[in-house]
Amino acid sequence: MSQLFYDAAPNATRVAPEREPERVYPDKPEAVTLFGTCVVDLFFPEAGLDAIHLLEREGVRVHFPQEQSCCGQPAWTSGYRDEAKAVARAQLDILDRAGLPVVVPSGSCAGMFRHHYRALFADEPDTLRRVEALAERTFELTEFLLKVCKVQLADRGAPSKIALHTSCSARREMNTHLHARELLQQLERVERIDHDHESECCGFGGTFSVRMPEVSGAMVKDKTRSLMDSGAVEMVTADGGCLMNINGSLEKQKESFRGRHLASFLWERINGTSEGEAA
Amino acid sequence: MSARANILGKLRNSLAGTTPRPDEFDERLVTAPWRYAPEDRIDRLRSLMEAVHTEVHPCRSDNWPELVAELLNKRNLTNLLCAPSKEHGRALQAYFEATEQKVELLAYDQPVEAWKEELFWNVEASLTGTLGGIAATGTLVLWPDRNEPRLMSLVPPVHIALLKASEIHDNLYDMMVAQDWAAGLPTNVLLVSGPSKTADIEQVLAYGAHGPRELIVLVLEDA
Amino acid sequence: MSQRIPVTELPSDFRGRAEGALADGQLRNNFRVAMDSLMSKRANAFPDADEREGLRELGNRIKAGALSRLPDLLEQLEQKLTENGVKVHWAETIEEANTLVHDIIEARKGNQVVKGKSMVSEEMEMNDYLAERGIECLESDMGEYIVQLDNEKPSHIIMPAIHKNARQVSKLFHDKLGEPETEDVNQLIQIGRRTLRQKFMEADVGVSGVNFAIAETGTLLLVENEGNGRMSTTVPPVHIAVTGIEKVVPNLRDVVPLVSLLTRSALGQPITTYVNLISGPRKPDELDGPEEVHLVLLDNGRSGAFADAQMRQTLNCIRCGACMNHCPVYTRVGGHTYGEVYPGPIGKIITPHMAGLDNVPDHPSASSLCGACGEVCPVKIPIPELLQRLRQENVKAPEQPQQVKGGGAKFSRRERWIWRGWQMLNTRPVLYRSFLWAATRFRALSPKKAGPWTENHSAPVPARRSLHDLAAQHLDQNGGRPS
Ligand code: SF4
Repeated sequence: MSQLFYDAAPNATRVAPEREPERVYPDKPEAVTLFGTCVVDLFFPEAGLDAIHLLEREGVRVHFPQEQSCCGQPAWTSGYRDEAKAVARAQLDILDRAGLPVVVPSGSCAGMFRHHYRALFADEPDTLRRVEALAERTFELTEFLLKVCKVQLADRGAPSKIALHTSCSARREMNTHLHARELLQQLERVERIDHDHESECCGFGGTFSVRMPEVSGAMVKDKTRSLMDSGAVEMVTADGGCLMNINGSLEKQKESFRGRHLASFLWERINGTSEGEAA
Repeated sequence: MSARANILGKLRNSLAGTTPRPDEFDERLVTAPWRYAPEDRIDRLRSLMEAVHTEVHPCRSDNWPELVAELLNKRNLTNLLCAPSKEHGRALQAYFEATEQKVELLAYDQPVEAWKEELFWNVEASLTGTLGGIAATGTLVLWPDRNEPRLMSLVPPVHIALLKASEIHDNLYDMMVAQDWAAGLPTNVLLVSGPSKTADIEQVLAYGAHGPRELIVLVLEDA
Repeated sequence: MSQRIPVTELPSDFRGRAEGALADGQLRNNFRVAMDSLMSKRANAFPDADEREGLRELGNRIKAGALSRLPDLLEQLEQKLTENGVKVHWAETIEEANTLVHDIIEARKGNQVVKGKSMVSEEMEMNDYLAERGIECLESDMGEYIVQLDNEKPSHIIMPAIHKNARQVSKLFHDKLGEPETEDVNQLIQIGRRTLRQKFMEADVGVSGVNFAIAETGTLLLVENEGNGRMSTTVPPVHIAVTGIEKVVPNLRDVVPLVSLLTRSALGQPITTYVNLISGPRKPDELDGPEEVHLVLLDNGRSGAFADAQMRQTLNCIRCGACMNHCPVYTRVGGHTYGEVYPGPIGKIITPHMAGLDNVPDHPSASSLCGACGEVCPVKIPIPELLQRLRQENVKAPEQPQQVKGGGAKFSRRERWIWRGWQMLNTRPVLYRSFLWAATRFRALSPKKAGPWTENHSAPVPARRSLHDLAAQHLDQNGGRPS
């Protein structure tokens, strides 16, 4: 079968890239870099801290470079390529300095490293090599816990019913829904309840939520409705953007139902308490 | 400059310096999932066609005219369009005469313009042969010709089709290749997979939108 | 003959129209129910994911192969069709295409046209063009007929009247045709059948679209369930097919996977009721079929999309509608909100080349980039990637070279500066950390209103301490922080 670049001319007709082979996971490393993401940093820092706890529990040393900021996604999805590229380059430099595997507690940001940096740096062959290497060693948190750490979770919490929401792009780019489901399955007293239109987008989409507030608002309303109607007592997700969107909407609607970051949820279940909460 | 020259010129310009992609057709993808044991072909075709409101009756070369008479009488139909110039048309005619059937046999033996009104409003049913069938999708293949023109299978509210069991192919690709369609097609080829239908109102299925309300397939198991 | 002016004047912009659509509970319910059903039908039609993915790849490669030699294929198609007795015409613009169609009808002194479903004729606004010249052009697809009768436009490319329910159709038939009211769908369809049969008989010219034009044999392939396409292309003495230049495929066998992808993705059917392959007009010894067959090949911006290797991929489209069926935005706002012939994700990526980005400046933004469209597209058009690209073109400064017609429509110096500021914040660690410090420390002062965000959400309040802060402290304590 011919390759994508059967014809190197920039104006050659394109075919869809070959299906990605299933990801082969490395052995558990000694240390990783945690890329916190800007949303978790400012709004859900406890989730980031619980992610650190979960990783340390697996005997993985966590490195958190203080120079990190944002993966660049907001500008990239808004069409501001140059600005996105500058921010991406800064993160690439920081993450390359330690050279460790990178764990991200937010699916769409992990997807940015794994998939979209390639498009940003397609015109810089040298950078592209570094980008490929970064993509190779980037893991979404649940993926890393499950596939690399082969985590075993012992449930210490009371019986509970929860709903799971996964970021659309992350699910489609990286199967995060499967990883999260498998982790939740390890928790004996947690029942994951399917909600109506589970795979449908919550309406966040970064700047979409402020560019098209009418449509985005209708989407998040539908999402919160089906979450609340599902019979679950809370929602968990491993994506900061979706969490901010869903919780913000619930609060605006004066509903008591809430969503929580999966890292905090897991940490609480295996300890009976979330340390991050104290923060 | 003509529109033609402009369009082709722009396209060529955009492709300057590139090479055409190689032909990557992979026939396995359209054949392997759609293979059946010979004895399963009829069942496959039948179940798919029945799922879309088609009557399928297995029969033999010597008893199908009887079945046609029965089907028509059950529906109180008074006429049937069929081709006396074809072997099956003659067989039917002979049977109808011998058994003194009341159903009138009509022939499509003049250009459509000469009898449009009658064809559209008075013909109640038609019977045609088929070139074959396709098990994968539950499909009849028709190559209309002078004896059985295009509208014969479309305008009358009931269409009865004769299908020889030996002409049922596994899938469309196999049939095209076996009969070398690419070497030349007639003016019109039809794949028919059920009676006319629509789901345009509230996605509710309704049959007999513009073509036949009923499609009846007689599978000649010994032919 | 009525003109196609929407009964209710819709607002001129996407957001305005969306607001109206979102407030219409009936409309939202009609779409939700219909799209849910179409999604589950498609899912059931592809029970084997490997088979589906293999076929989608093949579909993608066939279309890409065809595009990589498009001009040659078009010439081959023209030659074969001409040998078969079909007249081929070329049109760069919709004006040219309409003139060609009109001339053919005039030459036969025709005044009644009956049309099978054709999105290209919608693109041309052929009905209006001919009506203005005293020629009745009647839609014969049930959905299109309903929509035309109500002076509307289709709201879906496969299911034109999906926004209406039986009660609304019943009222329409009562008001316009004097039929007794009934909500029985079968009876409603029979009313349509009776009315249109007469029209098929009387029509001077039949117009249709084309799903695939096969260069090898000079054949036009049409898929349909109703039989109106067969009627329109067989009963009238003249058949005019109109299609875009991207519809050509090299070989007859190519349509095997493409038709399978099309009907399964669109409606979840293994195949449509009719697949109609037309390779020429009536031969002297034949008794029916049109005496003349014409093919009008329309460009209308397609060569513009073709010029850009990334956007060229939009020409893979086989118009199955799966992208809109799976789109959470389309499901909520419906087809009319898009204000253009092609709604939904496909509309968002092809309309800019037809109408200019400046005429549809909100289209690229009307997506959360959730990726559902790209996931289902049977010919693997990377729709989210192309939307992202169009967003870039949309905000380009006027002094930059524009690569898409009407580019830079959303350029705003103020917005550009905001992003520059964002860039500075996120590339200077000291600045970023100071920002975190201030935002967490003065969290009580965060604004209660945050633009459009607070229309749907409570105002976001930063945490007491940032993760930067918490992580530094934790890693210090645990000695886990590398030097
Ligand atoms: S873009 Fe893809 S999914 Fe959408 S109509 Fe075209 S072929 Fe179908």
